[in-house]
Amino acid sequence: MEKLSNSANPKRQMMLDSLFRVTTRFFAFLVLALLVGILISLVIGAMPSIRHFGWGFLTSTEWDPVSENFGAVVPIFGTLVTSFIALLIGVPVSFGIAIFLTEICPPLLKRPLGIAVELLAGIPSIIYGMWGLFVFAPLFGDHVQPWVMENLGEWPLIGFLFQGAPMGIGIFTAGLILAIMVIPFIASVMRDVFEVVPPMLKESAYGLGGTTWEVVRNVVLPYTKTGVIGGIMLGLGRALGETMAVTFVIGNSTNLSTSLFDAGNSIASALANEFAEATGEFHMAALIELGLILFFITFVVLSCSKLLLLQLKKQEGRNS
Amino acid sequence: MMTTTLTARSPNTDRTMSAQPSKNSRNNAIYARRRFVNGFNMTASLLAMGFGLFWLAWILYTLLAHGLAGMSMDVFTKITPPPGSAGGLINAIAGSLKMTFFGTLLGTPIGILAGVYLAEFGDRGWLAPATRFINDILLSAPSIVIGLFIYEMYVVTMGHFSGWAGALALSLLVIPVVVRTTENMLRLVPNSLREAAIALGAPQWKVTMYVTLRSAKAGVITGILLAVARISGETAPLLFTALNNQFWSGMNQPMANLPIVIFQFAMSPYEDWHALAWAGALLITLSVLTLNIVARWLGSQKTQSH
Repeated sequence: MEKLSNSANPKRQMMLDSLFRVTTRFFAFLVLALLVGILISLVIGAMPSIRHFGWGFLTSTEWDPVSENFGAVVPIFGTLVTSFIALLIGVPVSFGIAIFLTEICPPLLKRPLGIAVELLAGIPSIIYGMWGLFVFAPLFGDHVQPWVMENLGEWPLIGFLFQGAPMGIGIFTAGLILAIMVIPFIASVMRDVFEVVPPMLKESAYGLGGTTWEVVRNVVLPYTKTGVIGGIMLGLGRALGETMAVTFVIGNSTNLSTSLFDAGNSIASALANEFAEATGEFHMAALIELGLILFFITFVVLSCSKLLLLQLKKQEGRNS
Repeated sequence: MMTTTLTARSPNTDRTMSAQPSKNSRNNAIYARRRFVNGFNMTASLLAMGFGLFWLAWILYTLLAHGLAGMSMDVFTKITPPPGSAGGLINAIAGSLKMTFFGTLLGTPIGILAGVYLAEFGDRGWLAPATRFINDILLSAPSIVIGLFIYEMYVVTMGHFSGWAGALALSLLVIPVVVRTTENMLRLVPNSLREAAIALGAPQWKVTMYVTLRSAKAGVITGILLAVARISGETAPLLFTALNNQFWSGMNQPMANLPIVIFQFAMSPYEDWHALAWAGALLITLSVLTLNIVARWLGSQKTQSH
């Protein structure tokens, strides 16, 4: 009170008020400008490569720092395939975890298990990478890979996916580790959207005699499908841009290979490995152009995710 | 929406759920099948939970086993060694602390002010929704791209890698986290509190600074802690901003930091470097998880008191 009456000069306060408003507005604008700034700086940095390679950059499998000849197919392919594997494993598991946490978990365990899943999200990505390289890859290469190759490697149609040397590291290992990393993100979004389903809807379905699975399948999922897809896209956005975990285990090869057990490269790991040592003019610009492509892909994916989640929120608002 | 969901589903439920006395045995078969499908899927869900916990336990176990083995007093007293000789991580630990500190210091005020705008003035106009949208994208944007941006803007202009560049890159990761939590927390403050302050004749800036922000303090601090937790484990944005340094260095030179030292040591062929990398990995994970838990505890305290 004291303070208020001391400085009760209306004109001065009004000036301070508009100053306050303008300041906060400026900083909100700064966040917006940040994104535009990132985009512009990447485009400028990538200019020599864009000019020199043109659209051919997107279709060439060449990556040769010595003769300064670059194409983006191998890293883009690696990024997409590892993220795809991550979703293939991560989505069903996250879905199971979310159902477990919302429908069948005893109330006493709900909180600790929820925290455990969030801890998985809190572990820094470099730890996943180290663990993958030193612990998981040797075990996988010694015990699992030879068996898979022996039994699936000769199959028609899918056999080509499982050939090569059992090194432990490679595209599949990177995808699996990405899956473990995105599970907590997807699972927590799914759990949150499952929890917005009005209890009345679920209870009516239970009242009709539906089993838990039928309630999930016919009530919860249709009600939350936009949110679920939004969560999956969010996980995809994470997987696409993940750097350190992938860099450790993908093997960093610049050759295109169809086998999942072969070494590959992703956009982020190419940047992490080569950028600080890139000397040639085109080498650096090509790497920045890779970064630009990565930024563009994740921007699109994350925008879709955000729009879908917003749509669910709107729908929820209409009901309440 | 509610009614349409129910009507759309009713033919289906009629078919599977209504009792038809004449076909008792068929009904029993259907019932058994439904029970089986349900049991199968719920078991699968339980297994999924187990799958998640399995990796968590395995990773934490590995980390503890290797990390404790590599831990010694040297880790906290000596600087990073060349391969083959004894040493520690103290310059990397200090570098990480410094960059995290300055990154948080730079990013937090920007984040809080932008969050205040979104919560207090953000109901009208185009700027607030656009900022909210972009902020959420920045929240999960690949951090290596942030590193590229700072490289282009700062490292190229200054002509050398430096601790400041690292701190700048980290601050850009702090901003979206703080913006998001600040806005959410301010929105939890009841409007009657704002109205009471305004009725006493307080100008808007005082209402926000002395009433709204103050009552949301715990929540905002939670956000800052979460941001610190996020940046202390980040490696990618430091790769070509702070780079690395084998020795002590000032903020204006390339600077040693835990994540990059771990990366470099783990990728090397030397056993003693591996041991140090594990020790560093344990340190980072422990501090990140502790920060996360403290932040969550603080956050839940706040929501309970409301």
